Amino acid sequence: MTDTLTLDDLSETFELLDDWEERYKYIIDLGRKLEPLPEADMVEANKVRGCMSQVWLTSEPIPSDGAARLHFRADSDAHIVKGLIAILLILFNDRTPTEIAAIDAEAELNRLGLDQHISPNRRNGVTAMIQRIKAEAAQAA
Amino acid sequence: MTMDTATLTPDTAPPPTAPPAPYDVEAVRRDFPILGETVHGKPVVYLDTGASAQKPRQVLDAMERLQTQAYANVHRGTYLFSAESTRLYEAARETVQAFINAGSEREVVFTANATDGINLVAQTWARANIGAGDAVLITELEHHANIVPWQMLRDAVGCELRVVPVTEDGALDMAAFDRLLDETVKLVAVSHCSNVLGTIQPVAEITRRAHAVGARVLIDGSQAVVHGPVDVRDIDCDFYAFTGHKLYGPTGIGVLYGKLDLLEAMPPWKGGGDMIESVSFDKTVYAAPPARFEAGTPPIVEAIGLAAAIAYMRGLGMDAIAAHEGDLLRYAMQRLSSVEGLTIHGTATPKAAVISFSMAGIHPQDLSMLLDRSGLCLRAGHHCAQPLMEILGVTGTTRASFGLYNTRADVDALVSALDRAREILA
Repeated sequence: MTDTLTLDDLSETFELLDDWEERYKYIIDLGRKLEPLPEADMVEANKVRGCMSQVWLTSEPIPSDGAARLHFRADSDAHIVKGLIAILLILFNDRTPTEIAAIDAEAELNRLGLDQHISPNRRNGVTAMIQRIKAEAAQAA
Repeated sequence: MTMDTATLTPDTAPPPTAPPAPYDVEAVRRDFPILGETVHGKPVVYLDTGASAQKPRQVLDAMERLQTQAYANVHRGTYLFSAESTRLYEAARETVQAFINAGSEREVVFTANATDGINLVAQTWARANIGAGDAVLITELEHHANIVPWQMLRDAVGCELRVVPVTEDGALDMAAFDRLLDETVKLVAVSHCSNVLGTIQPVAEITRRAHAVGARVLIDGSQAVVHGPVDVRDIDCDFYAFTGHKLYGPTGIGVLYGKLDLLEAMPPWKGGGDMIESVSFDKTVYAAPPARFEAGTPPIVEAIGLAAAIAYMRGLGMDAIAAHEGDLLRYAMQRLSSVEGLTIHGTATPKAAVISFSMAGIHPQDLSMLLDRSGLCLRAGHHCAQPLMEILGVTGTTRASFGLYNTRADVDALVSALDRAREILA
């Protein structure tokens, strides 16, 4: 379900939820609906460093007409972080490396009022996750 | 009275109503400007004093007064400002001496923090006195600051590093301590109070047993000096390190207490100005302690801030602070035990007002993010004690650490925020 959502949809929903509790509940809910990461992929090599919680991320190229697109799967043992992952994947998933490189994640999360989660001194790993996604894209380019 | 005694032990049946207050906590709170701030539109509830304490106006004023009225470098000029700064800096040393009951102000070395003090001992006394075939004994309760310097020593000199285990309730396993303590142990390095669990170690007894086999004792006291009276001569330890910023003072200042005969025999660590008697290109004569260990311009303003913080605490009374926090601990333990799915790590007594807990099915990071929205400041994670986390079988905990300015209302705010978080995350 999450992959049919766009950032615009999210932004509209967030505006309706004026209370931070409701927003967090919604973010947690997005995490619950995230495409599952196979347990076999929850290994050290797929761990995103710089996170207070455990975060795993894998990417695989999917064939499409023209440039290959990258499909990401991710998981975390923390619910809110998992929800933030879901939002990041709405931004980045199934796009070409060039598109991924061009996305200004900070500006996009700003629109949702989530910018406080991505300042580098917030050690929840969102920044580390964005860096990892961009690095994977650079490698696939 | 030292913190070896059970002054902070929670009773099994906490009083339902608050006992007569040891001091007017509301008046105390007004001394801390930051406690009037709001976080996400809510009044701040600061429960992370174990990581760093907030500062009273008296500390901020003392630091500003020096810098606006009489600041200059110390131990140098004959002019009035320098003389006045020097007088206050050395008076700060005497304040610390009285605070921990050191035998002489020369036994008080100003450092950058507790980590700096422990490293100083590891790099000087330990390198001169510990070699291959010797052992250093630490415990599973240690902060990384009291683990890593000894690992570095081990790697440099080839000594052995032994670790005393903790019991399930967070006390030191003293039977194991006795088994691990033999004549090869040259140093026992132990925290007075666990930064994660709040459990207080019987440091005087540890020191007695260590001395019996000829070992020296270093105590990491950063978490202990803030919660009640500490008497280094009563403990009889050889070194005692603590930091200033957890003690309601500024960052950048710490204290290493060392017995004078040990300090006098120790080589310097850092070389530079202020630690010398005379310098020529052929031969430099080092100054006597404590100057020998204070190379370069010291944290002058911070030392004076630390002295103001100690004066502030002694104004309230260290026993009064211990009594106030003891009441908070009893109340918090009682209230938290009513929270569904909550497990407290470290219930052994005596215990300072530091409570680490886990909530069933809830990640500490999620919890602290939700608590943040309620205006609560708590630390979540491994608390710079990864080995202890492994022993507790968790990746991290959430920790509430109380200070002299916290109230029962802060505990109530925590409990209702925890209930709310559980509903959101369930």
